[in-house]
Amino acid sequence: MSKRRITFSHAEEEKYKHRAKKIRIDVLKMIGRAKSAHVGSSFSMADLLAVLYTDTLRVDPHKPEWPDRDRFILSKGHGCAGLYAILAERGFFPKKWLDDFYLNGSHLPGHVTHSGIPGVEVSTGALGHGLSIASGMALAAKHDNKSYRIFTMLSDGECDEGSIWEAALFAPHHKLDNLIAIVDYNKIQSLGTVKEVLNLDPFADKWKAFGWGVHEINGHDFKEIKEAFDTLPFTLGKPSCIIAHTIKGKGVSFMENLLLWHYRSPQGDEFTNALKELENTL
Amino acid sequence: MRNAFFDALMKIAEENEQVYLLVGDLGFGVVEPFAKKYSKRYLNPGVAEQNMTGIAAGIALSGKTVFTYSIGNFPTIRCLEQIRNDVCYHKANVKIVSVGGGYAYGSLGMTHHAIEDLAIMRSLPEMTVVAPGDPIEAEYATRAVVERTGPCYLRLGRAGEPVVHNGKIEFTLGKALELFKGTDITLISTGGILKLVAELRERLLRDNINARVLSMHTLKPLDTEAILSAARETEAIFAIEEHSIIGGLGGAVAEVLAESNLPKVHFKRFALPSVYTTIVGDQDYLRKIQGLTVEKMLKDIKQIIGHKKPMINSGADVKKYKEG
Repeated sequence: MSKRRITFSHAEEEKYKHRAKKIRIDVLKMIGRAKSAHVGSSFSMADLLAVLYTDTLRVDPHKPEWPDRDRFILSKGHGCAGLYAILAERGFFPKKWLDDFYLNGSHLPGHVTHSGIPGVEVSTGALGHGLSIASGMALAAKHDNKSYRIFTMLSDGECDEGSIWEAALFAPHHKLDNLIAIVDYNKIQSLGTVKEVLNLDPFADKWKAFGWGVHEINGHDFKEIKEAFDTLPFTLGKPSCIIAHTIKGKGVSFMENLLLWHYRSPQGDEFTNALKELENTL
Repeated sequence: MRNAFFDALMKIAEENEQVYLLVGDLGFGVVEPFAKKYSKRYLNPGVAEQNMTGIAAGIALSGKTVFTYSIGNFPTIRCLEQIRNDVCYHKANVKIVSVGGGYAYGSLGMTHHAIEDLAIMRSLPEMTVVAPGDPIEAEYATRAVVERTGPCYLRLGRAGEPVVHNGKIEFTLGKALELFKGTDITLISTGGILKLVAELRERLLRDNINARVLSMHTLKPLDTEAILSAARETEAIFAIEEHSIIGGLGGAVAEVLAESNLPKVHFKRFALPSVYTTIVGDQDYLRKIQGLTVEKMLKDIKQIIGHKKPMINSGADVKKYKEG
């Protein structure tokens, strides 16, 4: 990690908190209304998205196709509600679009789609695709002598896919230090904990061994998140991997760290109580 | 065809600086000139076709035209989901090239037999599917897929196929090439079996059967008009391909005919049965054991159109060609 001194003010913290809260409330409403799944997966990365889309990504909601923009690829496409929420919040498209998320006739499906949605770079949903596409974009940026960066958010369960490790080999080989993989390491996948299903540990060591600059952070500590984002690339000539230790369902006490909330959709009292809890944060 | 492809690609890369070539660690002896001359636009991501295809999509979405190149099923079925999601859904300018269509790598065994690729690629939205019939078509097809925006699949034979066309051709994607005019029956061919089909036509002529020969180099979009004209103007249509009998050229032609509401025309598919062969053999050998020979097709054609000349055999084994 570079030795640049990071300043982190209370105001910044409040700004991110506020944004993350908004993401979580929008996600809850979207998923509750749609009776859809993956609320826990959107909540675990909400704080990361809040920082990314507030101060890190060089993007312009008024010019979503700006050629020199940073690219963000949500490789864990099932977390789409969180991405749609922050994009709407940033003004890439009207907030009203969130109202019919997942519903018949909508253009916002349950896995992230780029088609007709400003700000979404790439469609995902099948796991293990994002890092390869991001690597291709990073390579093209290098060839074109462009300074934009490619960020991609992976899930931990996604790292079961062999294609992730194909790309993990490729990116350091080609010295793609404009590529940043963030792993939302909430440690719960579809049918169990990561440890039970297919253990990834020692996770950071694996990425290091593959040739990445690796930094582990608490994915809910805004200062740590900001510091990590501000010191990219961690090593010149290497792609960066941020392993963000997160909590599935973060933000709603009765959802946190529970496998159930990978799929369960909050309805009735659950929805009301969750909303109350989120609204009372800060 | 492989050499024709690379010759064309070298010229294209010279003219167009946005053309990239990605290879799945295959192409020994043929990729080197490109790799040397256009080193920045050449990439060997290793034996990792899923990653190769995802990378290709990423580069293409950054404004380039990207070829992915490997053999047999590796650039297609091995990374099918990347082709479907990353390439086709994003309408990415990725041109997938497979060398070794059909039994071109016969003796290497079933893993290297590309016999379902056309059916699978044809079913993907946005995908253009091209299987040139000889090196000349391969050269034109290479240029044509670059000019066409969006995903394309180019199925090549191997090296050393004979040239079937005499000189220049009018090659347009989605438009069948009429090699020979004919009024009795129509032979529709796709891919590297074109030479055999031309021989079949010669043999039919000896029996006073004048066959039209169409090279249906583009399987998708399909030249339905050429098929319908054949149905109107000739009494039987035979679709010939070195590919599974399910879902390839024969299937595509059958779909057009079945919905055409034209008076009944005889129709038969000459293709590979939907089986994996365990017998070792080179391309010619395997074609023969699966019935893709001039003699076998001649016999079946004559039986079907019930011809003027005496039949050679009873045709009792026609059943063998049927599906399954």
